[in-house]
Order: sequence, then C-alpha cells, then structure tokens
Amino acid sequence: MIAVVDYGVGNLFSLASSLSAVGADAFVTGEADAIRSADKILLPGVGAFADAVKKLRESGLFSLLREEAREGKPLLGICLGMQLLFEKSYEFGEHEGLALIPGTVRPIAEQIPAGLKIPHIGWNALHFTGARHPLFRYIKDGDSVYFVHSYAAVDCGDAVIATAEYGAPLTAAVAKGSVLGCQFHPEKSGNVGLSILRAFCEL
Amino acid sequence: MTTKRIIPCLDVKDGRVVKGVNFLGLCDVSSPVKLAKFYSESGADELVFYDITASAEERSLFTDILREVAGKVFIPLTVGGGIRSLADFDRVLKCGADKVSVNSGALADPSLIDAAAKKYGNQCVVLSSDVKRVDGVFRVFAKGGRENTGREAVAWIREGVERGAGEIVLNSIDTDGVRSGFDLEMLEAVSGAVDVPVIASGGAGGISDFVTLFRTLPRVDAGLAASIFHYGEVGIGELKLALQKAGVPVRLM
Repeated sequence: MIAVVDYGVGNLFSLASSLSAVGADAFVTGEADAIRSADKILLPGVGAFADAVKKLRESGLFSLLREEAREGKPLLGICLGMQLLFEKSYEFGEHEGLALIPGTVRPIAEQIPAGLKIPHIGWNALHFTGARHPLFRYIKDGDSVYFVHSYAAVDCGDAVIATAEYGAPLTAAVAKGSVLGCQFHPEKSGNVGLSILRAFCEL
Repeated sequence: MTTKRIIPCLDVKDGRVVKGVNFLGLCDVSSPVKLAKFYSESGADELVFYDITASAEERSLFTDILREVAGKVFIPLTVGGGIRSLADFDRVLKCGADKVSVNSGALADPSLIDAAAKKYGNQCVVLSSDVKRVDGVFRVFAKGGRENTGREAVAWIREGVERGAGEIVLNSIDTDGVRSGFDLEMLEAVSGAVDVPVIASGGAGGISDFVTLFRTLPRVDAGLAASIFHYGEVGIGELKLALQKAGVPVRLM
C-alpha cells in the first residue's frame, strides 16, 4: 500500500491515476494512522515551499514523515515534495525542510547562465549520476521527463542520482537510503514516468 | 536542454473533438479520450483541450471527459474555454488539468491572471491570445476571434506576463486554418518581448512549417496544431523525426 500524502497543496488526481495505471495499490490520505500503516509514502506538492511546510506542520505530518523516513520506509518526494526533503529552501526567505537529504534549494537563476527562460519548463533528458539507481531500472540514461520548476537543489553531495542539462546540470533526482526525490513529474512524463513509478512501487 | 514541444489541440463540443477553419464550419472528428491516448502514444508532448461549449450541462460533460482523459493520459494537459473566474480554474484543475488557459476572461478582467497565478502558481496560468492585423497593427480579439478589443497584442501579452502568466499561446487569426505556415512575423514580435515560453498556433499545414518555425525562431518553445494531426495528415512521430534531422531538439519515443 502506498500512501499519497494529501496536505492540501495541489490536486492529486493525476498522481493517483498514474499509480493505478502501473497497478499500484495507492490511496490518497492526510491521516497520520493511514500513512503509518502504508508500506511506502509518496509526497507530492506544488506551490510555495513555506506554505507547504506550514501545512505539514499544522497537520502534524512534518514530524510523522521524518519519523517514518528515518525508520526506513520508502519515501518518494515529487517536485515541491522533493524540495521539502532537503535541509533548507531559499524560496522567498529562508525556510527549514525535513532535512532527510543533505542540500539546499536555491533559485535556478543562480545556477544557470543568463538568457535562459525560467521556470525550467518542458521535457528534458535525465542523465544518471554514477551507477543506475533502482528507481531507474526500467528507463535509460537520456530518456526525457517533464519538468516545471524555478528552484532546484544544490550541495546534495552524493545523493544526486540524475541531473538535467539546462545551461548547467540541475539536480533532477536524489536518493539517500530509502528517501528518494524527483524534481520532475513522473505522473506527467508518459511511459518513462510510469516506469519510474513502477520501479518505486517495487522497491 | 528542454526540447521543442509538439502540442495537438482538441476543441471539444458536445463531448466530441471538432476543428474549425478560420473558426467557422465545425465538423466532427473523433472521441477526445481516444484521440488523447493516441496522441500521447504517438509522442505528443502535451495536450490542449478547449471547451467550446457554453451551457452549464455541456460544461459538466466536458469536465467528465477531462477527468476520463486525465485518468488515462499521463502527459501535461492544458484546458481552456470559458475560464472567467477562480472557480473555473478550480473546476478544471480538480478534474486533472495541469494548466489553465485564459483568453476572453482575462481580457474582461485582467486581474484574473494575478489572482490565479497567486493561488495556483505562474506555471499554471497560460495566456492565450487570438491576434489579427488591423491596419498593420497586431490587435487582440476576444470571443473566439469575433470581437476586436482594440488592445495592441505585444503590450497586452507583456502585461499578462507581468501579471503572472507563465506561458503564452499566440494564435494568429490571419494564418489560422490557412495552412500556409505559422505567422513568423507575429511570433517574432511576441517571443522577443517576453521571457516565458511562447507556443505558436495557427497556420501549420505540414511538417516543413514546424521545421521553419523552430529554425527561424529559436525563442518559440512549442508548436500547436489541430486539424493536420486530427485528419492524420501529419503523424507526430514523423514530424519529430523530421525536426530532429533538421537539428531541432525534440523528445523521441
């Protein structure tokens, strides 16, 4: 059972549909007990970092997610959900994240040459860093996925498992133990994205 | 780098896909769900759905179809047509849209762009404009191209971006349905004026029009078309191969 965490940011219809398309037994929930009883956790998110942290804290899910991840339950953060996994974000100020993966979230504008459009929006190729992570077992280096973001993680050390080239290599996916993150949207990345979700379900 | 996007556009009326020529003479093409799935499997990078109905009953039929498409097709979906309020944004986003396109609604009340961008993020708000030359000036038209608003197009689109639109669809009424190529002059004026992605619409008649578009105007991010895809005149797979051959970065399946 995969718990898709609903904490009131964004609509989870596509994500839930994509999980059923790969045959996963997934349910959308904001209940602590339901998340505790799940085998895996999927943390989605769109919008602003600070709002998301506030909502997670208010609902008590902030500490719950930390505990569950530290106990080794597989956790996949998507887009803003991935950014929440880091120590800090500098989106409109300075905000603390879940600190499950080393690194900070900074504006893409600081990371790429001037003249490129921001947000980084559209399909871009994934380049694996080091050995292929099990999350990518069904896809190849160079396969494209769909991105929409204006901030990206930096200083993640060896947690980076894939980058995307946009004037400079941007952090596209990270992993530290059973805590994983995708900056792109697997639920919007066609068959490549579905293959990544399938691999997560099988972890 | 991000690839150039190819976007089939589906005008939906009474639960079916239609395509007008110069916005007139609607004729039935196919089932939106089947067509969406077909395009996604052929390599479409994104899909746009326009709800060209007016009544409330037809509107709920449209959202039922949208929900069905979003449950089966896993590429970005943009929805437009009749979006006049945040409640309209909410209605289509809940049914699985990723982005919402505003046109006449934003012309009637430009603050809709600000409000929607604040609530859902800039990436969610697409400003779509129907533009036509009037005495040599690019003018914005409302209501499906029937009403000249008197607004100058580049100024309006710039204003839209300042208000928070994260993407622009520029539809040239002058080239729409004519099939003699995209409106390069109009697209150059707009894509040079804003820093957000610009999607070219109106005029695609064949593969070479897309090649010319992306080679001539590297600042244009995507090409949108309807009838040439719906009638099978151009396959998305062959189009992308031709673009790749011409040195245009595309996502291949």
